[in-house]
Amino acid sequence: MIDYDKILPEHITGIQPSGIRKFFDIAQQVEGVISLSVGEPDFKTPWAVRKEAIRVLEKGRTAYTANSGLIELRRAISDYLKDTIHTEYSPDKEIIVTVGGSEAIDMALRTLVQAGDEVLVPEPSFVCYSPLVSVCGGTPVPIVTKREDNFRLTAEALKEKITPKTKALVLPFPNNPTGAVMRREHLEQIADVLRGTDIIVLSDEIYSEMTYNGAKHVSFAEIDGMRERTIVINGFSKAFAMTGWRLGYAAGPQPIMKQMLKLHQYCIMSSPTVSQYAAITALRSCREEVDKMIEEYDMRRRLLVKGFNDMGLDCFEPEGAFYVFPCIKSTGMTSAEFCEKLIYGKKVAVVPGSAFGESGEGFVRVSYAYSVQHLTTALGRIREFLEEIKK
Amino acid sequence: MNKLLDLLRQNARLSNAELATMLGITEAEVAAQIKQLEADGILMGYTAIINEESVDETRVTAIIEIKVAPMKGKGFDDLAHTIMEYDEVDSVFLLSGAYDLSVTVTGTSLRKVALFVSERLSALDGVISTATHFILKRYKEKNHVFSEDSTDERSLVSP
Repeated sequence: MIDYDKILPEHITGIQPSGIRKFFDIAQQVEGVISLSVGEPDFKTPWAVRKEAIRVLEKGRTAYTANSGLIELRRAISDYLKDTIHTEYSPDKEIIVTVGGSEAIDMALRTLVQAGDEVLVPEPSFVCYSPLVSVCGGTPVPIVTKREDNFRLTAEALKEKITPKTKALVLPFPNNPTGAVMRREHLEQIADVLRGTDIIVLSDEIYSEMTYNGAKHVSFAEIDGMRERTIVINGFSKAFAMTGWRLGYAAGPQPIMKQMLKLHQYCIMSSPTVSQYAAITALRSCREEVDKMIEEYDMRRRLLVKGFNDMGLDCFEPEGAFYVFPCIKSTGMTSAEFCEKLIYGKKVAVVPGSAFGESGEGFVRVSYAYSVQHLTTALGRIREFLEEIKK
Repeated sequence: MNKLLDLLRQNARLSNAELATMLGITEAEVAAQIKQLEADGILMGYTAIINEESVDETRVTAIIEIKVAPMKGKGFDDLAHTIMEYDEVDSVFLLSGAYDLSVTVTGTSLRKVALFVSERLSALDGVISTATHFILKRYKEKNHVFSEDSTDERSLVSP
């Protein structure tokens, strides 16, 4: 009999399972739940994209592609980055098409981080950064972002955490779960801190298309002199409602990308071929669909922000992604308690903020990737819930 | 494109307060816009989308194609006006193409609808021929999908 505990290395067994996962298990036990807890669009992938996938399947284009992805796709990505973040990346040498933004994050961290390195991770944030840093032998160093700063990373908070061991900073904006964005002036302040250091920035911009209030997304790579230290990570999942296609990309300075490509080549070979062809169509001819989705998200966002504030849960107005992050401290419960009681009592699922780092305690993540009708029903139930617990 | 109309097309039951929040304008502005759209004859009414066949199995809806003989001094309007007076008639459209008028008729039985067509519509002056098509199943109407299995495929909770 194999003693698995003995053979499985501690740096793997020691990884905590995602708090989201724990909550998922609870949600599944309750029947008739209305969920406000998914992190993927409710829209279907635009038809033109699906049709292109069907076409290439019919044509039998099912072989591996170049390791870094189809050159036509890399060109389309390069054009897209030029248009949206005004930064030039060579399709040949500076762009890798990955299996979702997730792979790009993993590859970038593995390329950069070695034992003893520290990686700064603003929190609350998406759950993957810290575990992936740990696997590389690095130390994740959380930087708490605060409600009073609208959950932005501030120069002061950053400065406090920088040490000689700091290898990289993750910049996950627009942010999941808070919906916070970093506008140009905020990025400038971060750039001022990093200028003159060797710290690399992993800019996870997967929600870049989802910005509101006229605040178009600005990438850290756009800030004067920052391109050389920035790896831009983006993908098709959120912007084009293509989560299941598993396609993303990384763009960055050639010396880094060259090393990253080796890892990608050994791990993945090449990203899914059909998805790659379809993604060209997404980038080249789906602007209208994307704009329509964003407009729809924006209306729902307003509805939720007002809904939560009206029922007495303080909710800052997020300017990005598709989440609101209301504060539930006034109920006297922890976020895990709140979510469990809400799901058992009113059959509404939202995610405890604590799943996104300790600093998320006292908040819950509410996704608005749902129809207006669904959202208003859920808001009604949450209102009832609050009234009942007051009694 | 009028965003207010878009929202009402999707769901006419949203309150003015909800519409105002979603559009980023005041409730008073929403009320004023709606009043204006009604006055301009753009917003004609607010009705429910009902899966009729599920309400009552014997209830039937038919789409009737009508070919009209061109008559001197009389356009299609006269005939259309006569047809729309009947309570059984839900909608009347003038169409381009192979036939002229499309009329939707609802009744409590197949027989009643068929009789209505043969006795009332076919007998009207100017009607050359009719073709009656009964609706067997509704898949989608006014952008609402009627299928039984339109559940959310996404997992309940995801990162």
